[in-house]
Amino acid sequence: MKKTLIAVAVLGLMAGTVQAQEVVVKIGHVGPLTGNIAHLGKDNENGARLAVEEYNAKGVSIGGKKVKFELIGEDDAADPKTGNIVAQRIVDAGVKGVVGHLNSGTTIPASRIYNSAGIPMISPSSTNVTLTQQGFPYIFRTMANDAQQGSVIGKYAATKLGKKVAIIDDRTAYGQGLADEVEKGVKANGGTVSSREFTNNQATDFSAILTKIKAQNPDVIVYTGMDAQGGPMLKQIKQLGIKTRFVTGDGGCTPEFIKLAGDSISDAAYCTQAGLPLDQIADKGFKDRFKKRFGADVQIYAPYAYDAAAALIEGMKAANSSDPAKYLPALKKVQFKGVTGEVAFDDKGDTKFGAITMYQFKAGNWVALK
Amino acid sequence: METLLQQIVNGLVVGSVYALVALGYTMVYGILGLINFAHGDVLMVGALVALQVIVFVQKTWPALGTIPTLLIGLSAAMIVCMALGYIIERTAYRRLRNAPRLAPLITAIGVSFLLQTLAMIIWGRNYHSFPQLISTAPLQPVDGVFITPVQIIILISSALLMVALILLVNKTRLGRAMRATAENHRVASLMGVDTNKIIAITFIIGSGLAAIAGVMFSSNYGVAHYAMGFTPGIKAFTAAVLGGIGNLGGAMVGGIVLGLVESIGAGYLGSATDLCHLPLWAQSASLQATCANGGSFELLSSNYQDIFAFVILGIVLIFRPTGLLGERVSDRA
Repeated sequence: MKKTLIAVAVLGLMAGTVQAQEVVVKIGHVGPLTGNIAHLGKDNENGARLAVEEYNAKGVSIGGKKVKFELIGEDDAADPKTGNIVAQRIVDAGVKGVVGHLNSGTTIPASRIYNSAGIPMISPSSTNVTLTQQGFPYIFRTMANDAQQGSVIGKYAATKLGKKVAIIDDRTAYGQGLADEVEKGVKANGGTVSSREFTNNQATDFSAILTKIKAQNPDVIVYTGMDAQGGPMLKQIKQLGIKTRFVTGDGGCTPEFIKLAGDSISDAAYCTQAGLPLDQIADKGFKDRFKKRFGADVQIYAPYAYDAAAALIEGMKAANSSDPAKYLPALKKVQFKGVTGEVAFDDKGDTKFGAITMYQFKAGNWVALK
Repeated sequence: METLLQQIVNGLVVGSVYALVALGYTMVYGILGLINFAHGDVLMVGALVALQVIVFVQKTWPALGTIPTLLIGLSAAMIVCMALGYIIERTAYRRLRNAPRLAPLITAIGVSFLLQTLAMIIWGRNYHSFPQLISTAPLQPVDGVFITPVQIIILISSALLMVALILLVNKTRLGRAMRATAENHRVASLMGVDTNKIIAITFIIGSGLAAIAGVMFSSNYGVAHYAMGFTPGIKAFTAAVLGGIGNLGGAMVGGIVLGLVESIGAGYLGSATDLCHLPLWAQSASLQATCANGGSFELLSSNYQDIFAFVILGIVLIFRPTGLLGERVSDRA
């Protein structure tokens, strides 16, 4: 009796030590989980969560110890003030790396906090050029930036769709930055910008600015902002009897946009997406695994959030350490096959393999143009 | 010319929705001196309930025409919102009737957050596409000026509702009781007016109007969303102050003026400050390059749309601190 008791106790101790050897490494994700674009924030979080769960299932060992990654999801409400507070909070919570934020407007101010705390941050979707031009060694992104995207839109609009272009942006860091690049792209390719108009990311009525644009009779209207405004805007374009082509950036390149535009959308609508279309990404099974795990379709950036989380983990594996200062050099040099394709960063922290795809609306869907 | 007419139409449509929402603010303020910040969110609940019911009716009785379907959705939204208005008044404001003024103001903000969060839990974070049962195919009453049937209905029904409300307040027994309560609810209750009941009815009517405004808003723009109440709420509050808060006619005037100012401002502020319109001799070389081929260099543009509206509000309040039509007419009645 006594012997069995001791045996049980010993077994218990052993079990205890086995558990103690499993180290928990926290990875943060920040994006808007409330507010206008909460659906996109949740999409990103799910992408990062899937990466973390799949690496956990495979089993990762760092420094000879089995590691369990834990994703801490936080909400920045797409608001720069909240973004900074949340950034400080997850730094204090001891995360070893951060995936996020979603919007350029929140990512840029928060990047300073991560950089001074020495925590690597990889944004899956902030495309504003400034983010990686601040000289912050800890800041990366897995998405092509606005300079690349804007020049593609500007060139396409001015050379393929018509010379006279009106540009509307939503006055966020993303919309404004992208619109500036579109304007440069249009002018560089011999087009003119008939006007720059502005709205905001809460607006639902665009009739006034659209009426003004109508009077100038442009060939193309470019909107740089999110789907929540872009869809209703396209409706109002039709209601005001405006017949021009419509181009929007990656924020509008979503199934949501098509739903919101209803019967107003036609093959005169185009959008661009930094990165590859979902059916052209390297990992064909991603879409189904995502749907199976979360019961929701991929909105836009989830594959890039997956790769951002994967890059952090690959960096830790390569350096054999989860200490940010130790794995940062490995993260800078990391190169692996992610779900979107090859993942690697240039010396600024921008992605090396940033692709831009142009889409046109055809038969109920955004169809990638070759 | 047609651009100006189109901008006026745009402004009237936007303005009449503002006006309808502003009525709810102004009624409650007139009677309680309370800014009911949850009002915009009642509008949101109205739109989302209507959406839910319309989708259900379309599935269950697809043979039913579009107008009966819309009316069923609208009635359901009104019933839910009226009940909601009563519950909000009963639970959040009645107990604070004699508290310092700041207390119910804070509660109102709390109720607003509560409604948004509940809606987010029930309807999710996504934007919903709202079935546009009234045609949105544009008509051209004047060549080059477009208006959709749903916008015509918005203009007519808000005008009718406003007139009906003014008649209700000025010509009926209930209206007299409301005016008495607004003037001094202690004295009114001494005179035999059940002020608690009157205040509850005010909330119920205001919330019913918010439900109608919500359904109109969503029918026009084709979207509904749990945070959609915020912007019309703020704009309608501004409209109510512009017109003279507490004054029903003021809410109407304020809403229409705000709508017009916004659309005319966004439409013409840019061209009016376009440096390319300067005579050629006044232009620098770099400006001439920008202006070539129909380019423009606007000092102030639609970027300042909202600022422009608030500048007008500021100017009106400097010269008429109680708004265009003055505050709380009932005090003087």
